Amino acid sequence: MRVGIIGVGMTAFRPSTPEYNWKELMFEAASRAYADAEINPREDVDSFLTCAEDYYEGFGIFDEFVPDQLGAALRPTCTVSGDGLQGLANAYMQIQTGLIDVAVVEAHSKASDIVTLDGVIEHALDPIWNKPLGAHPFVVAGLEADAYLRVTRTSPKALAMVVAKNHGNALKNPLAAYGAAVEVEDAMRSPERFAPLRALDISNPADGCVVLVLASERAAKKLHSNPVWIRGVGWASDSPSLETRDWSDAAYARIAAEMAYRLAKVRRPATEIDVAEIDDRFSYKELQHLESLGLAKKGDAGKRVMRGDYGAEGRLPVNVSGGSLGCGNVFEATGLHRAAEVALQLRGDAGVRQLDRVRTGVAQSWRFIPSATGAVAVLGVGG
Amino acid sequence: MTKVGVIGAGMTLFRRRLEETGKELCFEATKMALDSAGLTRGDVDMVVCGTAPDAFDGVAMKGEYLLDGSGGYRKPYTRVFTGGGTGVFSTIAGWWHVASGLADVVLVVNEEKMSSCQPHPQSVFAHIWDPILDRPLKPNLVWIFAMEMNRYMTVYGVKKEDIARVAVKNKRNAVGHPCAQLADPNITVDDVLNSEVMAWPVQRLDISPPSDGASAVVLASEDFIRKRRIKDRAWISGVGWCIDSTMWTDRDLVFPEYVARAAKHAYKMAKIDEPRRQIDFAEPYDPFDYKELHHLEGLLLADKGEAPILTREGVTERDGKMPVCPSGGLLGVGNPIAATMGMKIGELFWQLTGQAGKRQIPHEVHTGVSQAWGDLMQYGSVVVMRG
Repeated sequence: MRVGIIGVGMTAFRPSTPEYNWKELMFEAASRAYADAEINPREDVDSFLTCAEDYYEGFGIFDEFVPDQLGAALRPTCTVSGDGLQGLANAYMQIQTGLIDVAVVEAHSKASDIVTLDGVIEHALDPIWNKPLGAHPFVVAGLEADAYLRVTRTSPKALAMVVAKNHGNALKNPLAAYGAAVEVEDAMRSPERFAPLRALDISNPADGCVVLVLASERAAKKLHSNPVWIRGVGWASDSPSLETRDWSDAAYARIAAEMAYRLAKVRRPATEIDVAEIDDRFSYKELQHLESLGLAKKGDAGKRVMRGDYGAEGRLPVNVSGGSLGCGNVFEATGLHRAAEVALQLRGDAGVRQLDRVRTGVAQSWRFIPSATGAVAVLGVGG
Repeated sequence: MTKVGVIGAGMTLFRRRLEETGKELCFEATKMALDSAGLTRGDVDMVVCGTAPDAFDGVAMKGEYLLDGSGGYRKPYTRVFTGGGTGVFSTIAGWWHVASGLADVVLVVNEEKMSSCQPHPQSVFAHIWDPILDRPLKPNLVWIFAMEMNRYMTVYGVKKEDIARVAVKNKRNAVGHPCAQLADPNITVDDVLNSEVMAWPVQRLDISPPSDGASAVVLASEDFIRKRRIKDRAWISGVGWCIDSTMWTDRDLVFPEYVARAAKHAYKMAKIDEPRRQIDFAEPYDPFDYKELHHLEGLLLADKGEAPILTREGVTERDGKMPVCPSGGLLGVGNPIAATMGMKIGELFWQLTGQAGKRQIPHEVHTGVSQAWGDLMQYGSVVVMRG
């Protein structure tokens, strides 16, 4: 049975949203998604899923605070403590069982409410082996970037190219928080942070919410919608321990992509994928993930970004939305935002950043520091 | 829809487990579950983690932290979290991993390590309230459940003695459970009624205290069960889950409507239209003794206000007509929140496959229901299993 995306709703992403609380952000994105899908959540939806982590939310049990603003009170509802794409994968499975016809997936960030963001991320480090070292948690990204650059012999300039490209792309996205005309030299000269990473290599937090409405083929027909099909999903985790994971290859992205491609019957991703939205919360992650997803050969992504292959006019447009560098780091909403962007591109609703002739797209996410967990969704139209 | 069976289960001793990390508790339960199913980690396609507040263990993204101990390394691994409802809900998530056709074998691993939280896990519950409307009142869970218990007692004229019988029954049922922390063969109703008052009408022995532990179950598709000729299996024939509004002050606390909706969902799927006749035994969530009664009514296994009468008449004893919490439940075995899956899903599996040992219900049972309850008195998760 095919599963499609029949509604997309997003708020703008902003560095802070003092005029909204998190419930209001969720309400706005949900209202937009329901209007887009032309459904009434109180009648047409069988299941609601939210993607949230307690520490980011500042609650003991965030699941409590989900139902009302989504229209989910007294309905099947649950929290997936993971990235939005993991929530999407669970909704996809619910529909594949035949038990659920229409499911709603929500993810959000209210990062501006977090007073001690570094401390929250630090609490995800192993409490016995890693946290006592007292290092800033982004050291993990610095070490990994170093390993990646060495093993693949990628030039640090390639990272600056990613930064310039994604900030520039975001200028065309009215929802993006950090659109900017950044020169490659600016990125290369920005202050050193977690060597080899510089200030501009690191995405900045943003607030925002994304809601997608999923439906079985049967329900989509009944609702007269024209879905973007979820052709495949995959998710996977490498070792949670920093000491035993693979530092150069994003194994989680490779395994997740293999699963998604298998379900989507994509055999040659490098030629079959028309558009990609890839996790770039640190600039090197975009290149590392492109290689793990089979969209570039190992060690090639850096050269290709310098050739302009990943620009909006390039051979494989990557992060036309602006990515996380351009839109902001929306934490667990990152993957869902990317799926929403790919869906808009495939539907032809991406406004001034609309690409020509895109029929198959891939969205990929990673669960941020210090995890080695990620997910992939392959979306398509037609057929 | 692929038919899904439970083919193995494991659980650790429930205690203050100072010597083990959460990962190690997960490993212990996972290994037991895989061994009991005769499988190894290589047979597992996907893993579902269930664990309640991160703040108990003091680790953010706790699912990621528990990943390797739960056998999730380099596999599709996902954590679900519905407060206390996780104890049964994670199995529902595991069910859709298999029923969707995406996986043949799924491990569901639940863990809780509450002793890391100092001075007492109750301090985590200070952060489950609406920051503007509730938190300034400095509520705690015992106090809020005292309100619900009081409401239930007042509406139906229930006596404390009848509620205390639940604690006595479950603590006695737990005798012989290898993981039990709170079993007591000699406990009496008077012991419960004479225990320290926490927040009237809740007394110390009405509550199951915090604990540490883990539990795991193995789910598999019908095809896999046939091919491997696995004999000890119990089929998942119905699942249901439901959340009520966040605004607990707007709800009538006397009846758990969210449990009733989840139960109706599960019963419809399991083709059960007369639950009292078609269900042989139940494992409702019993962190407080009155909750077992409340949930029996929510599960439509007793009329409203009738559950205390059934308990007094012995109907819910292990050898009664409708055994309830033959495992000993949370009151008898212990309450490491999500890990209580061992007494809910695990017990259904052990009872339905005749492996419950000293706890085995003496008469034949074919259909059981388990239920968990969570969030802020607002979550119901229900699984119906058949032998």
